[in-house]
Amino acid sequence: MLEGILLTIITAATPLLFAAIGELVTERSGVLNLGVEGMMAMGAVVGFAVAHTTGSFGLGILGAIFAGMAMAALFGVVTLIFVANQVASGLALTLFGLGLSGLIGDAFVGVPGAGLARVSIPVLSDLPVVGLLFRLDPLTYLAIAITIGVSWFLFRMRGGLILRAVGDSHASAHALGYSVIRVRFMAVLFGGACSGLAGAYLSLVYTPQWTQAMTAGRGWIALALVVFATWLPRRVLIGALLFGGVSILQLHAQALGVGVPSQFLSALPYLTTIVVLVIISRNRALVRANTPAALGQSFVPDR
Amino acid sequence: MRIELVRRGERSAAMAYLSPLLALLLTLIGGALIVIVWRVVATDLSAPDSGGLAGALGRGFSDYGKFLYVFFVEPLTAMWSIEDLIAKATPIILIAMGLSLCFLSNTWNIGAEGQIAAGAIAGSFLPIFFPDWQGPFILPAMLILGILGGMAYAAIPALLKIRFGTNEILTSLMLVYVAQLFLDWLARGPWRNPAGHNFPDSRPFDGDQLLPMLFGTNIRISILFVFIAAFAAWFLMRWTKTGFQIRVLGQAPRAGAFAGFSQSRMVLLTFLISGALAGLAGVCEVAGPVGQLRTTVSPGYGFTAIIVAFLGRLNPIGAIFAGFLLALSYLGGEGAQIALGMSDQTTRVFQGMLLFFVLACDSFIFYRLQIVRRPVTQTQAVAS
Repeated sequence: MLEGILLTIITAATPLLFAAIGELVTERSGVLNLGVEGMMAMGAVVGFAVAHTTGSFGLGILGAIFAGMAMAALFGVVTLIFVANQVASGLALTLFGLGLSGLIGDAFVGVPGAGLARVSIPVLSDLPVVGLLFRLDPLTYLAIAITIGVSWFLFRMRGGLILRAVGDSHASAHALGYSVIRVRFMAVLFGGACSGLAGAYLSLVYTPQWTQAMTAGRGWIALALVVFATWLPRRVLIGALLFGGVSILQLHAQALGVGVPSQFLSALPYLTTIVVLVIISRNRALVRANTPAALGQSFVPDR
Repeated sequence: MRIELVRRGERSAAMAYLSPLLALLLTLIGGALIVIVWRVVATDLSAPDSGGLAGALGRGFSDYGKFLYVFFVEPLTAMWSIEDLIAKATPIILIAMGLSLCFLSNTWNIGAEGQIAAGAIAGSFLPIFFPDWQGPFILPAMLILGILGGMAYAAIPALLKIRFGTNEILTSLMLVYVAQLFLDWLARGPWRNPAGHNFPDSRPFDGDQLLPMLFGTNIRISILFVFIAAFAAWFLMRWTKTGFQIRVLGQAPRAGAFAGFSQSRMVLLTFLISGALAGLAGVCEVAGPVGQLRTTVSPGYGFTAIIVAFLGRLNPIGAIFAGFLLALSYLGGEGAQIALGMSDQTTRVFQGMLLFFVLACDSFIFYRLQIVRRPVTQTQAVAS
């Protein structure tokens, strides 16, 4: 029972982790991309469509990554090259992504998907309770690996230092000779790839099928997760488990016969997001400590 | 050689008017690409009568012709569809006017879709609990409740931002999901019509509980609210100190702060105004075209209004023109579904694309494209 609950929490947390860690890197470079929901939806539909047509799970994942990156590239061109407002462009990306995914996915509504087998690591997976951590699906391992990798990259590598410098002061980074636009474009593309993976996880593993608007606001929750994590990768991991836990609470509450209307339980993740945002934002020093100083600001080099 | 953006000496007045038109043109080109690709993908090229790729492309172009016709011409050919267009444009324009004020002051209310639901719920309270109440006071009371409902719901993200510094984009958006789930529960549960054969909607409103029609047409008096709101918004921005403060705080927050203008007051004010208008739009839907409270009151008007606000240059008169164009996209989406069998999501694709192009083209107001030859760097100069 307990193991089952833990497993569903981890499964619900994985797409949030993917999307949030990607957005974290994007925001660390100073770009606020509110289009996560749209990129996720595209990742979900393209991942499902490719996996279903080719019969290959791996190709589906690659397709989803590509779809997320293509969407992110669109956002990058509009906001970084044409210096459009990032908030409005992110919303446009979400509207466009939700619409286009519906258009593409029209042919795949009701088509059953395959799902993905879990990978067991011998011996370790037989341990009580802890063994659970060695019986997850490969994508969850990938999400954790990416999170650790991002943390390592941002704080231990030269590239990460440059990325953070660009996000904190694009003028200084530019004066030092770094290409602000190029660094930001790469960060935006990385965010898109991760969002695509998050979407593919939903349509290929979480609920192996495609339905309209199946992202259900997870992209927005991932954005809130970045604030919750105060732009630190390890806290994203904790936050994803917390929000994953809240979102599956409704399933178990329903099973236990709690007499609360299902709509109220479905509203829990969104209400929790608001409450958590309030709690975190109250401590302004904590939020400010790691917020990229140039977040959301456009950059045009002066000559 | 590469292409760069170069800041203009001053903003280009010509581009301010041209950029929405340029954006529309680009959207039409983008739409053509999508329809043609959709047609080619949907065609089985190996079938003997498909005519191969050339045949599929040809059908794609002819489909796009049909698509343009159902999107932009057909809705204007019959009186009933013009009335439908006005019915759809009314809520979009009302909401967009409020959002324009918000965005002008650099405040981001993204939750209008939830404020519509809040307004619809608050406005439905009277006809659902007092079904027999008729007379001249019921409708004004419903409208006032709807406005207050939208305002109260919009006040939540505004107050959270002022008191705790919470990001209003995320909270207002989360509240959309909460409002929609609450509405869903009401319409299926306690407020469901007991005589409604288990359909998830409330009792139908009737008589004085509905918005009257204008001059024997199907156009409801809610269209008048659009003109009242436009005049009020224009007056506020043009003639009042508050309008001036909104503009200053939006364009130069630091200058506004030095001048002693309160950012917090402006956040609350613009959220309340936009919430009130979204609430009004919500109650006008249930007391108008919908005629009862349902699980979904709006097909995304709150999000469409964001596009309208930008396309209309954050200006009340611009919002009216842009609102009619975007209302067309709803009718066009329905038309594309019937005539071509494309998903109803075509509307959203079109809307998202339009917003992208509007935002990108807007940069031509302050910048111009310039082709620059890569300057000879020092190392290259030395080497040669």
